[in-house]
Amino acid sequence: MDFISILSIFVMACFVGYYVVWSVTPALHTPLMAVTNAISSVIIVGALIAAAADGSTTAKWLGLIAVALASVNIFGGFAVTARMLAMYKKKER
Amino acid sequence: MEHVAPPAWVMLAYLISGVFFISALRGLSSPATSQRGNRFGMAGMLIAVVTTLVTHEVASLPEILGAIAIGGGIGWVTARKIAMTDMPQLVAAFHSLVGMAAVLVAAAAFLNPVAFGIVGADGLINPVSRVEMGLGIAIGAITFSGSVIAFLKLAGKMSGAPILLPLRHVINLSTLAAILGLIGYFTVDQSPWIFWTVTALAFLIGFLLIIPIGGADMPVVVSMLNSYSGWAAAAMGFTLHNTAMIITGALVGSSGAILSYIMCKAMNRSFISVIAGGFGAEAAVSNGEAKEQRPWKRGSAEDAAYMMQQAESVIIVPGYGMAVAQAQHILREMADVLKKQGVSVKYAIHPVAGRMPGHMNVLLAEASVPYDEVFELEDINSEFAQADVAFIIGANDVVNPAAKTDKTSPIYGMPVFDVDKAKTVFFVKRSMGGVGYAGVDNDVFYMDQTMMLLADAKKMCEDIVKALQH
Repeated sequence: MDFISILSIFVMACFVGYYVVWSVTPALHTPLMAVTNAISSVIIVGALIAAAADGSTTAKWLGLIAVALASVNIFGGFAVTARMLAMYKKKER
Repeated sequence: MEHVAPPAWVMLAYLISGVFFISALRGLSSPATSQRGNRFGMAGMLIAVVTTLVTHEVASLPEILGAIAIGGGIGWVTARKIAMTDMPQLVAAFHSLVGMAAVLVAAAAFLNPVAFGIVGADGLINPVSRVEMGLGIAIGAITFSGSVIAFLKLAGKMSGAPILLPLRHVINLSTLAAILGLIGYFTVDQSPWIFWTVTALAFLIGFLLIIPIGGADMPVVVSMLNSYSGWAAAAMGFTLHNTAMIITGALVGSSGAILSYIMCKAMNRSFISVIAGGFGAEAAVSNGEAKEQRPWKRGSAEDAAYMMQQAESVIIVPGYGMAVAQAQHILREMADVLKKQGVSVKYAIHPVAGRMPGHMNVLLAEASVPYDEVFELEDINSEFAQADVAFIIGANDVVNPAAKTDKTSPIYGMPVFDVDKAKTVFFVKRSMGGVGYAGVDNDVFYMDQTMMLLADAKKMCEDIVKALQH
């Protein structure tokens, strides 16, 4: 992919993000932060590439540490979001 | 060496992962769809991770699985155990991890560029990739050190008061300029010292940026760092030409930016003034001594119980003090007793109540308050005029009428609850001494219809519940 295609995806995604986030109800802003935290750990993709590659031992270890840190966030972020969301209940009628 | 295009199905898989992340956020538009949304998020992450592992020659699978197991285990246990009142510092801690992961990935990419496919025909890293890496590591480092400070302040391990260095604006702006200048120079000279200096300066500025910002401005800071963690992921996505990372980065980046905007608007302050820091410090000094003594009335738990039983409608305004006192459960019990006696009870939440966006909503949800009894500022503010009782618990600045009338007040222009229009106001507060975060006196204390309930919020609610049951 050339730079311009990537940039196009990025700019479009910013617009999608803008509209999607404005539609989030304010009551769920804390879960929103927790879940965005979890999904921004998709940076684990880069960490996996670094950890998987041969070539530089230092880079491999940096990658492994990054994999561990991102995993804390992925598991922790999704789990804590699920825990919070399970608490939001409607009035019993 | 040009970037070797991965097979089409791989690109498609990352795209699907990105679409799942969009659906995850979309689900949060209502509590009813939110849990499904969260599962979409997990699915998107699984697709991204598996795709990466399958399409790369993995020389060290056991180590990788070990790292995932260790990190995942820590994250999972933390998420299960954390108290809901500690959510702001948990989120700050999680942000710092994303920041650090971005730093490590960028550093690994710099040390082993071949693995990332970013080496040009001349054997050097592509200049565009150098800018992306430089931005990635800088934003990641700022996110890390900024979030660490935010975490320490939120967890009370460091004073929430702003720390003001002399010449801090000059120091910050020149550090920022140096970082940008060095990233620019990095495109012509790929020397390691440039890369590591950028990293060090970025760690430094993340620290410097957050120390002058006071505790109650933390909702903006946490949102801002949330945004940064997204931009860091996006920058690395550019380096890796990875659609899932770019889409996610853009989503998270916009999300944090919008939350920061909402928070600033709810305080009627500009983003720049929050980031410049020092709010509250100056006001507290100037307002400190010259305060005149004005008469106010002290109420008891019995008074509050009696008045609320007689009332038709009660609106509860919770604030950070409720979180500190862990009073949400007993507050809900109080509301339950009142509801049984036929009183209408509603909760009114200000966007900046608490230490992060939506903080109060989560605590009330934890205490099993149905979310359709909880209202946002603009939806409920007109109802105070008809309300018999406004019950303010742990909030202060968000009910201060000075924001509407006093042009010299530091909180002037901030949208506030019209509690002064309610027939009776109960103000739960630990003592008359402390003023809110903004350091300004509150006229509501001295109104004829106000009774101050001076006690710990939890203790006061317990006493009211006892009195109600008599």
